[in-house]
Amino acid sequence: MKARVHVMLKNGVLDPQGEAVKHALGAIGFAGVDGVRQGKVIELDLADGTDEATIGQMCEKLLANTVIESYTIEVL
Amino acid sequence: MRAAVIVFPGSNCDRDMKVALEQAGADVHMVWHKDADLPEGVDLVAVPGGFSFGDYLRCGAIAAQSPICQAVVRHAEAGGYVLGVCNGFQVLTETGLLPGALMRNAGLKFVSKTIDLTVETENSVFTSGYRAGDTLRIPVAHHDGNYVADTSLAARLVDEDRVAFRYSAPLNGSVDNIAGVLSENRRVLGMMPHPERAIDALHGRTDGQAMFRALVEATVAA
Repeated sequence: MKARVHVMLKNGVLDPQGEAVKHALGAIGFAGVDGVRQGKVIELDLADGTDEATIGQMCEKLLANTVIESYTIEVL
Repeated sequence: MRAAVIVFPGSNCDRDMKVALEQAGADVHMVWHKDADLPEGVDLVAVPGGFSFGDYLRCGAIAAQSPICQAVVRHAEAGGYVLGVCNGFQVLTETGLLPGALMRNAGLKFVSKTIDLTVETENSVFTSGYRAGDTLRIPVAHHDGNYVADTSLAARLVDEDRVAFRYSAPLNGSVDNIAGVLSENRRVLGMMPHPERAIDALHGRTDGQAMFRALVEATVAA
């Protein structure tokens, strides 16, 4: 089975990279980009039957830093 | 005083740290990240700068899961001293020994220069060789030194006198210009600037020496 973990900076945490991307989009002529947030997508190839709670522990322990990041799990 | 310097794949300030501690009189042991235990009788663990595990995933995240880091956490929980510099600071926040997190510099650029650093408290062994308000000249070299703490944590750090150092001028976006923080028991210090790079006349400055001397004196006395 596969799962996909999305890791994003929490709302309220300034994302300097997202800001830079936003400015770059404006600079090449895309008007109306009000905000850009950059995150990570991590694809996991897992033993069949791995439960979502276990994937949650992976996120809590390693894949995300929950001080600044939030995550969502998508079982594929 | 017996000190351990942790070595991860990608550490690059480990030898400088060893030299700085030895110069102050410490007996220094280099400890590989796969070791599960610290050498017997270690007073201080130093987690050095560098790019442990290539900074993959997040700076310090993979190092924080290594076997030796569990021993470092046990050492800290038993009241031992821990100093994390640069990547070492990132590792200590990832282990949870220090609060907050370190993000990409607000200006997105790697900063490598010598900066003015203000000592904010004398109330820790690490900073007892300075006076609060002293300005030190210490090198920084980092890409992810932007210290993030929410409003309540930032206020708590100030209330509890746990901000050890501040940048004298904004450098990397850190909240309240925080450059170094102490644990609740004041025995764990994480800081982005490199005191071990300011310990010899040939470095240009020796402002970092007082930290290592104070650490050695405190643990000899104990």
